[in-house]
Parts: sequence; C-alpha cells; structure tokens
Amino acid sequence: MRLELQAITKRFPGVVANDAVDLVVESGEVHGLLGENGAGKSTLMNILYGLYGADEGQILVDGQRLELDDPGDAIDAGIGMVHQHFMLVPVFTVAENIVLGVEHTRRLGKLDRARASTEVAALAERSGLPVDPDALVEDLPVGIQQRVEILKALYRDARLLILDEPTAVLTPQEADDLFDAIRAFTAEGRSVIFISHKLREHRAIADRISVLRRGRIVGTADPRTTSEQELANLMVGRPVELSVSKPAATAGDAVLAVAGLGVENALGGRVVEDVDLTIHAGEIVAVAGVEGNGQSPLVRAITGLQDIAEGTVHIAGRAVKGATRKQVLRDGTGHVPEDRGSEGLVADFSVAENLVLNLWDAEPFARRGTLQFAAINAHARELVDAYDIRTPSIATTAGSLSGGNQQKLVVAREFDRPIDLLVASQPTRGVDVGSIEYIHTQLVAKRDEGTAVLLVSSELDEVLALADRVAVMFHGRLVGPFDTPISKEAVGRMMAGADPAEVLGTPPGGDT
Amino acid sequence: MSQTMTAPAGQRRRERRFGIFSLLVLAIMLGVFATSARGEQATFVLNDARGQLFELPNLVVTVVPAVLVLSAVVAVIAYRQFTTGFGSKAVIVVGVVALLFVMAFLTWAAAGGQLSVVGLLRGSLARATPIALGGLAGVVCERAGVINIAIEGQFLAGAFTAAVVSSLASDPWIGLLGGIGAGVLVAFMLAGLTIRFKADQIVVGVVLIVFATGVTSFLNTQVLSGNPELNSPTRFTAIAIPVLSEIPLIGPVLFRQSMLVFGMLFAVGALHYALFKTRWGLRLRSVGEHPKAADTVGINVLATRYKAVLLGGVFAGIGGAWWTLDAVGQFSREMTGGRGFIALAAMLVGRYSPVGAFGAALIFGFSDQIATSLQLLRVPVPSDLLLTAPYLVTILVVAGLMGRLRPPAANGKPYTKE
Amino acid sequence: MSDQQPPQPPPGDDDADAGRPEDAGPVAVTEAELAQAEIEAAKERAADTAAVTLDATFSQRLIAALTGTSVTVTILAFVSALVIGAFIIAVSEDAVREALGYFFARPTDAFRTGFDAVGSAYLALLQGSLGGVPQVSETLVSSTPLILTGLAVAVPLRAGLFNIGAEGQFVAGGMVAGLVGFAITGLPMVVHLPLALAAGIAAGAAYGWVPGVLKARTGAHEVISTIMLNNIGLLVSGYLISTTLFRRPDRADPISRSVEESARFPRLIWWEPSLRVNASLLVALALAVAIFWLVERSTRGFELNAVGMNPRAATAAGMSPGRSVILAMTTGGAMAGAAGAAVILGLQYRLTIGFSAGLGFDGITVALLGRGRIGGTVAAGVLIGALKAGGRNMQAQTGTSLELALVIQALIIVFIAAPGLVRAIFRIKAEDLATTQVSKGWGG
Repeated sequence: MRLELQAITKRFPGVVANDAVDLVVESGEVHGLLGENGAGKSTLMNILYGLYGADEGQILVDGQRLELDDPGDAIDAGIGMVHQHFMLVPVFTVAENIVLGVEHTRRLGKLDRARASTEVAALAERSGLPVDPDALVEDLPVGIQQRVEILKALYRDARLLILDEPTAVLTPQEADDLFDAIRAFTAEGRSVIFISHKLREHRAIADRISVLRRGRIVGTADPRTTSEQELANLMVGRPVELSVSKPAATAGDAVLAVAGLGVENALGGRVVEDVDLTIHAGEIVAVAGVEGNGQSPLVRAITGLQDIAEGTVHIAGRAVKGATRKQVLRDGTGHVPEDRGSEGLVADFSVAENLVLNLWDAEPFARRGTLQFAAINAHARELVDAYDIRTPSIATTAGSLSGGNQQKLVVAREFDRPIDLLVASQPTRGVDVGSIEYIHTQLVAKRDEGTAVLLVSSELDEVLALADRVAVMFHGRLVGPFDTPISKEAVGRMMAGADPAEVLGTPPGGDT
Repeated sequence: MSQTMTAPAGQRRRERRFGIFSLLVLAIMLGVFATSARGEQATFVLNDARGQLFELPNLVVTVVPAVLVLSAVVAVIAYRQFTTGFGSKAVIVVGVVALLFVMAFLTWAAAGGQLSVVGLLRGSLARATPIALGGLAGVVCERAGVINIAIEGQFLAGAFTAAVVSSLASDPWIGLLGGIGAGVLVAFMLAGLTIRFKADQIVVGVVLIVFATGVTSFLNTQVLSGNPELNSPTRFTAIAIPVLSEIPLIGPVLFRQSMLVFGMLFAVGALHYALFKTRWGLRLRSVGEHPKAADTVGINVLATRYKAVLLGGVFAGIGGAWWTLDAVGQFSREMTGGRGFIALAAMLVGRYSPVGAFGAALIFGFSDQIATSLQLLRVPVPSDLLLTAPYLVTILVVAGLMGRLRPPAANGKPYTKE
Repeated sequence: MSDQQPPQPPPGDDDADAGRPEDAGPVAVTEAELAQAEIEAAKERAADTAAVTLDATFSQRLIAALTGTSVTVTILAFVSALVIGAFIIAVSEDAVREALGYFFARPTDAFRTGFDAVGSAYLALLQGSLGGVPQVSETLVSSTPLILTGLAVAVPLRAGLFNIGAEGQFVAGGMVAGLVGFAITGLPMVVHLPLALAAGIAAGAAYGWVPGVLKARTGAHEVISTIMLNNIGLLVSGYLISTTLFRRPDRADPISRSVEESARFPRLIWWEPSLRVNASLLVALALAVAIFWLVERSTRGFELNAVGMNPRAATAAGMSPGRSVILAMTTGGAMAGAAGAAVILGLQYRLTIGFSAGLGFDGITVALLGRGRIGGTVAAGVLIGALKAGGRNMQAQTGTSLELALVIQALIIVFIAAPGLVRAIFRIKAEDLATTQVSKGWGG
C-alpha cells in the first residue's frame, strides 16, 4: 500500500516532537526512518498507529484520507506495528496474544482456543517464523517474542508494517534473518517502515531513507549512493566524528579480578556462569553481547547490587562478596547504571541532590546526621560547569533535563571522585550524538588517569571504538577478552554463540 | 538462557516453616483440646432443626480419643514436612492440617454439649455471601487494573439504599435494585475519579469508604431515626428447593437458603467462566496486565475499565443488600462492620480468581459463624480473638508465606495514552 | 487535526533529490544555541513540577505554598466540599423535604427553608470552632491528635508508603499508655507522665514496625497489612478492655480503670477548669519539629525521600530501601502512638471500646490535605480540628448530625486527590496540577 503523511505536527511540553513532517512510503518499499534519539521517530510512528493524535496534518492511504482515533482504526487500514517495547501480555500464551482483539468465539462468547492455536501455527509455518502457539510469552527469549509481535501484525493482514528499532534485541545474524523476512514481506507488494539509529542497517535493508532531525524531515537519501558519513552528518546536522581518537593504553596493575563468578536470578536460575575477567588500571575492557545474555547480572554482581552465588570478585584487592553496595561505591567504584531513569537518578530530586546521591551522608555534605546544603550546592555548581550539564539551575528537578544532560549528570557524579574501577553500562543509550561524543571522550580521559574501565554495551560500534580489549557474553558465559583490533564480523558471530576458536582461527586453549 | 527450576533450598525452608506450624497446631491439640475438655462426649447434630425427609442419627464422639486420633494424623504430616516434604502439594497439606485442627477444636468445644453441624455450615455459607460478592467486586476491578479498596463503602451504600427502597416499595427485589444502584453509584465515583481524573486508586478507595460511612450514618441519624417506616424493609425469605433440599446434610446447607445466596453461587460460577473462558475475559485481563498492548490491538482500555468497575459495583451492591434484605432486616450505622475489608482479603487469599475468592469467603464466613456458635455453646474462647483469624491469614498470604502472590501487572496504575 | 490542506507534493519529486543530503534541512545550529535551547526546554518542563527543594527555608516554602496552584486547589476543594455538604444538609432537613412536596406550588419555600438550615448549621460550625476562647480551646484539643496522626501518615507517604494503619497504631499507643497510666501508682508526675507517653509512643512504633518489616522483607503491601492490623488491633483491644487487666473492677461493661493523676497531661489554662486544652498540644508541636528535621534536613530523611521517589535509584546509590521503609513506618507508628497517648492521657483518661473514634483514619485526610509536607500537615491538622470542634457545636445547636464533618472531610480529599476534577468544575487552566500517586499496585 502507498502511505502518505502530510505536514504532521505534534507538540509536547517543551518540545515540538514533529514539525510539519511529510513522508511518502510506496507499495513494496522498505522505507528507512533514520534519526537520533529524541528526533521524533517514535512519536511520528505512534501518530501513524493511532496512539497519539497529531496536532496538525493528515494521513493518506492509497490516496484516501485516514482518520485515526485509536490503533483499531490503524489496524483496520492495514497498518501493523512492532513496537520497540513489545506489546505482549507476559502471562498470556502466544496464541492468546496474537488473536487478542480479533478473537473467534463460539456460543456465549466462549473463546475458540483450539482454532486460535491452529491458525497461529499455520501462519507461523507459512511466514517462516516458527513459534509454539501454546507457550507462555514470558517464558520465551526476546528474539522469539519479537517473532510473536510480527506474527501479531501478519495475523491482522497488515499491508504496511512499522518496525521500531527491531534489531536492538538481535544478534547481527538474527538481524539478517529478520531482513530476509522483511524482503519476503515486501515482495508481496506490502510496505515496511524501518526505524533505526544504526546507519549500517539502513544501508542493508532500506530502499529509501528519510532522515529526521529535531522533529523535521531534513532529507531523503538513496542508500545505494549515500555513504554512512553523509547519513551521519545529515542525521546530526553537523560533521560527525564517527571514530573516537584515543592514544594506546598503558595498562597497569590488575584492578578488577573476577574468578569463577556465578550469579542467580530471583528464581534461582543461573544467569551468569563461570566468568573469569581481569581488568587492569588504565585500560578499557568492553563486554559486547545481545542484551539479556547476562551482562546486567554480571555488572550488578561486580558492583555489589546482586548476590554472588559462586566465585569471587575483587576490586583493588577488596572482596565484593560480603560488602554492601554502599561500601563498594565508597571504596572506589563508579557505576553508570544501564537505565538512568530507573537506577541512575531520582527524577523528582534537584540536580544538586542527584549529584550527591551516592555521597549523601559523607563529609562534607553531611555532618552529624544533618545535610549541609552549602556544601551540596557548591559541589553542584562546580560539576554543572565542569561537565557541561545544561540546566536552568541546580535546583531544577533532574527529570526535566534532556536525556543527554541527565546522563551527563550521572557521569559527573560517578566520574568526579577518586575511583579505581569505573563500570559503565550502556552509557550512551538514548542519548544525542553530542552527548555521546562527550561521554566517550570522558571515558577515555578517565582511562588515561589510570582508572580501570569496564564498558558494557550492546552497540557493537561503541564497543569497537572504545575498547582496548573486547569480551563477548552469550547465554551467561563470557568469552575473551580478546585484544583489539578485532573484526566486527568476528564479534558478531561470537555474540550469536560461535566458538571463538573457530571464529578467530587461533585456538586459545587446548580443545579444537 | 539457562533457567533452572526453583532452588530446592527455598522450597525446603518453606516446608520446614509449614512443619513448625504443624507442630504448633499439634501442641495446642494435645495441650489444650485433649486435656481440658468439659465433657466426655461431643454430640454433632446432622439434621436441620426444621425437620427433613431423611433424618440422620446424631454423631456422638468421645472427645479425648477423637482428638488423639486427629493429633496422630497431624504428627505424621509434620514428620513428613520435616523429612521428605510434600513438594507441590505443600500448601494443600497446610490446609489439611488447618482442617484437622478445626475438627479437633469443634470436638473440644462441643464436649458435653450439642453442636448443630447443619446450622454451622448453613450459617457459614450465608455469612460468606456478602464476603464472596465483595470479593467478586474486587476481582473484576483488579483484573482490569483498578484497585478497589472501597468495597466496604459500596456495602454500606448498598445496605442503606436497599433498606430504604425496599421499605418504600415493600418488595425486596426492587430494594435489591436500589442496593445495586447504590453500589454502582459508588463504583462510578471510583471509576470516574481514578480513570478519568487519574486520582490515586487507593486514596480514592479510602475516601469513598469515609464518604459512604459518613453519608449513610448522617442520613441514618438525620432521616431514618425519625422515620422508622423508611427503615423496615421487606426481606428475602429462605427458599427450600424441592427434592434437593431433602438430601441429608447437603440439602439443608446448600438448598435451603435465601435468593441472595443462590445468586451469589451463580455469580461466582458465571464470573469465573467469563473471566477465563470468554473473549470478554481475555480482553479484560489484557487491560489489567498490559493496557498499552490492549490499546495497540484496538481494545478500548478506559471503557473496559469503566465497565469492569461498574460491574464490580453491581456485585458489591448486592453484597451490601444482604445485610438489610436478608440477614438483619434493618439498617444501622456502620452495620457492615469491616466485612468489606474481609472481602478484599478474600480476593487476595483467593488470588484474584472468583472461585478462589469464594473459597476464601467460605473460610472467613466459617470463622465468623463459629464465633457466634461458640457463644451459644458458652465456650470460654473470646470471640474477638477468633474474629482476628481472617486478618491474620491475609497478612500471611500477602507476606508470601503461602507462595508468591502475583497481582495483575498494571494493577493500580492509571492509563494515559500520551 | 487541522483542516488546512498543505499542497500535494508532486509524485516522485524526491527521487531527483535523493543522495544529495547537503541541500536538505536547515543549517546546522551552533553549539551555544543548542545549549540554550536545551536549557529552555528543561525550564519549560520544570515549570510543570512545582517542587520545593529540601534545603528551602521556611519563607521560601511558605511563598511556594501560597503562590503554587496547590493552595488554589486546596481552597477550591474546601469550598466545593462545603457546597456539597450544604446540599446534603438541605436535603436531609425534614422541613425542606416537606416543602419539596409542594415544590411546584411554592418553590421559594423549599429554597428558603434550605438556606435557613444550611445557614444556621454552618454558622454553628464556625462559632463552634473560632467563636471565642473556649471554642478555640476545643479546636486545639481536637487538633492535637489530628496533627500527630497526620504525621503518622505523612512520614510514610514521603517514603512512598500509604499508612492506613494509623488507627491501629493509635489504639496500640492509647492502650499501652493507658495501662502504664493506671497500673503503676505512686510515681511523681515528672516520671509517670513521660513514662506513660513514651510507652504509648513505643507501642505505636512497634505496631507500625510490623507492616514496615513485612514490606521490607517480604514485599507485603503496606495498605493490605495495615488494614488487617487495624482490624486486629480493634478486636484485640476490645478483648483486652473486657479482661481484668484493664476493666474497672466495679463495672461489668467494658471500660478501663482511670489513669492516675500523675500520668495526666496538665491543662494549659489551669485557672479555667472548663478549658480542656492541655500540654499534649505542646508535645505534638515538638514532635512535628523533630519530624521536620528528620524528613527535610537529615541524612536519613534524604534516604527516605529518595526511596519514596525512586527505590531502585536509591538502592543503586548505596542506600537501603528496606531500612527507610522500616524507619518510615516505625516513625509513623510512633506518631500515631503518641496521638493515642495524647488522647488517653490528656482527655479521656480511660479506655473504652472504640476510643480511637476514627482519629487514625482522619490522619489520612490531614496528611493528604497537607500534601505530605510537615508544615502543611500541622496546618491541616488544625483545620480539620476546627471542623470537628465546630461539628460538635453544630450538632448541639442545630441538630445537624456530626457525621456531616466526615462527609465534608471525604469530599475535601476527593477534590485534592483529583485536581483534574477541580479544574473541570471551575474551568481553571492549570496544567501543573499533579495528582498525588502513592499506590504502586499490590507488591507481590
């Protein structure tokens, strides 16, 4: 189907999310939508899917004006969407999730569960996306959950499929499989809008790319004739340095020593298994991997947020097991948590309060149990200047800052005290390019001061740009670290579980 | 990812905790019931006082041996709880221990006297009626994602209005409609304030209780006390279903009840079926678990929640009417005496399922009834302390001592599109 | 959506431009402009959240409170509640209902009798609370436990907990304070009164500690456990009062012995025996000051607030949410216990069944009216105290039942909890009326 968006405008407090956006998607086309975090891609798609109402503008499908009051209207018009955060009910089965809203019933409104299962199984078979219709969604790995999301749209006979950052939860190889499924889909004359902030993927799958910047379409590009550098410049609005310049590392003594580490989840299942890892002063070791392969529990165990089930972790010679999180932090570990909104800061606290969030009861910010606001405020003013945190005042609530500045706040707090080890999880997620560059520079600077840095990122480009050594996590086990340079392809295959000996050709140990 | 099953260590710890409970029960059985009985024999009457077709002989047991036999069973169970354990049946076994304890207790209490089993069970079912209906009100609201703490308020409003309307119309059915209307009105306030105006659901629930208490008490003193003709409702009478009611023991308990009891039993079954077997239920539960997912497949989240809360109001309104149209026959200030909270407890103990809530309501109705029965038997057990049982059980359940309680994921969260 | 029709772009026009990104889009902005834009956007968003920082001085807080929309809403909430209350008074008045019977014949009758009833009732309400020294004394007497039970709800509220259990904690405090007050004899007042008060506070604290520990250790939702503990407390106190430990030997009905003179709070205006205002008011105010320091100025308070707003971030910063939860609930329980002690040792001197009389539940109104702030809660306590004292006068003077005060209270919270409702009624444009969200579903 042919879709046309005309002059779509949407305003939120403090920001125009979409500013007179025009967009045309032809039949059988994969249309890439490229933009930084916060450029307005998701808002635009939520409007197209009937979740938000546009303040201005109109939507045409095959020349007919479309009135969208809720997603039901979009579904009726043949629009399907795979959301970045899956829209699946965890306690329902695959079949229940897929038929929800278009259920077949028998007498007395009784659900026809048998028919749902058969239909879903047949559809899965037909579209080459195999899945067990009677499995509970919460028991499935994220890759399969995404499959369920796609099947949900196909079950409703979508003729236009919106994929919002679909590759974030996939290995490079799984992403290739997804691209095959997309091509099969468009071969039938259906259309796809593909949203991503990864330039490489756009060049791999899109027929045309529209670039969104600060709510506006700033250009449409042909992936065959446009280079990644050109796309990046267009996306950001100024020349972008894609690589990080850093001098060679001068590694010192071992700071972080992890030996035989095992971590369990709340149900007692092993999520980290037998991990050995040593990081020296003055080097950055990155852990790559698709999210959900045990990186979060690994980081949480190292920084004292989660119990160590087996093995040991030592930071500068001090055992983490038995120490509280507070002791670990105060003894000289900085931690940029992966989700700043839920773990990094208290949105309703002021900038100043957030900057002492982990030192609230330490001198000079507190004395005899009483907060010393003069010291807290002086500290805040200093860090706001030093780390370029753009805020109206130090009394502003942290929640009202932009994502990039919130992250700079967290970085300022964790970097600006003497630490031996810095653990940064997804430090640039959801952050604009300017802040990404800044945070990268700061990470390298911290390394050059002689801090040991553990970087965990699912962005392969970030890993390869910053790391002195790279390790890969898959199904709770860690391989490596390997010295850089290492090829992106090799890391990608290890992220999918390939044997490092096979990938790298040089057997590191005895077997095979 | 490798997901092994629940660590056996936690399971063992839990079973051992249950074992300690069994030992405690055993200690009371042996230390109190077996030693301090007030007579040698206990007589259980198995017939309806009103007479029935087939009479059963009275069950006469000798107290001490009976208690000792029951204790022996508990001892065996405790032994297994500490050694091999019962695995997935652990919680059921706790229920069995509790049942054995209750049997021993009744034997002890009835020692030297007569206890009507039919009366006890029929009374329990009757007292369970409003609790179960309130529980249904809670289940249907919370399954849709709206916390309904205001059941007590709905009860009071229902009881008051049913009394006045039935007095005016001289017809309990019209009175029942009035009670339903009042329950729905309170539900409408809950829905409007929490769904439309996104006020905090718990705050609104608490406030509606205060409001309903205030208004009914105010109108009671101000209007009803001066106009007794407004507070003399026509009541539902007990109906004996032909044939079925003549079945020994079961007949008089289950089939000689008022219309409201039959209605409650039907409502429990119907709601359970509707929630778990029908399209309506699937959609309602999806709204309570993941409203945005429901929204993205074209389900109107807010309308679904409104309807669920209003339906809850119907159940709670009937529950409230039970006091004035069935049990008491007159409205008095704060007459529901916290049963709305017990209904809330029944919903939690029943783990958000209609049948579960009904089961919990039966237990709570039983403890309610037993407190009354014991006073008649002049057993030296303070009824106040017995009445704390439902509350204690609820605390144990929400504290996860009987397995993890898993509420609907979006329960209590207002839904906003933008 | 707008009805303007933007010009149709000619089909395929962008094919020619494809691959020439440099001529598309606005010119790149400078870094300084970008920085300024980010700050402006943050300012706009910050305007939506009228927050007061912890270190704000008293005058800053006062100004923020008076200029913020919260006061507008509070006043409008009060007015709306009184208007609806007036309607209820009018409808329940026999004369009005009689007049309504011939409404269409002489509609003015119904209105006149209605206005008369409402006018005299509200006049009695006002006179009963502020009409003279004895009335003000009664207002302060009513306010004392309300300030304390308000704090009992407000402190946990700051830690993200909704303490519905003030009623049970009040009962625990009153029971134990009373027991110490009459069971121990022969002590001088300087020892006996503080001892009885401390015992009451400790009992309330212990009764608040239970749901705190349950929440911290097992995740049991505090709303459920405190509701259940309230009922347990009421039943157990009812039982205890009828036992020989408490019951007056010469009485068969459940009423306890009387508190010794040495354990009673002295009257503040001792030369005028009819004025009941007593030293428990001073205790309440002193405790409020201490709580202010704890919540707004201390490191423990910093933790408590952080845990209330974002427990995960607090954990990640090295704080212990469990400890804050227990601290908040225990402190809240202590305040409710103090309220129970204040009532028993300052006013009633003996325990009867239902002596808590809903004062713990009133604390919810007080804390929400004060928006969880300490100063606001004290002010709200006095306000609701005036409503209660006035209500008693209203009942005595005009026969309008005291329960009306309960209705008005409930209505006030409804309007405060749902500011959108106030906005809808009064059509005021105020985007920044944040609702008070305290519940997070039943923790499992």
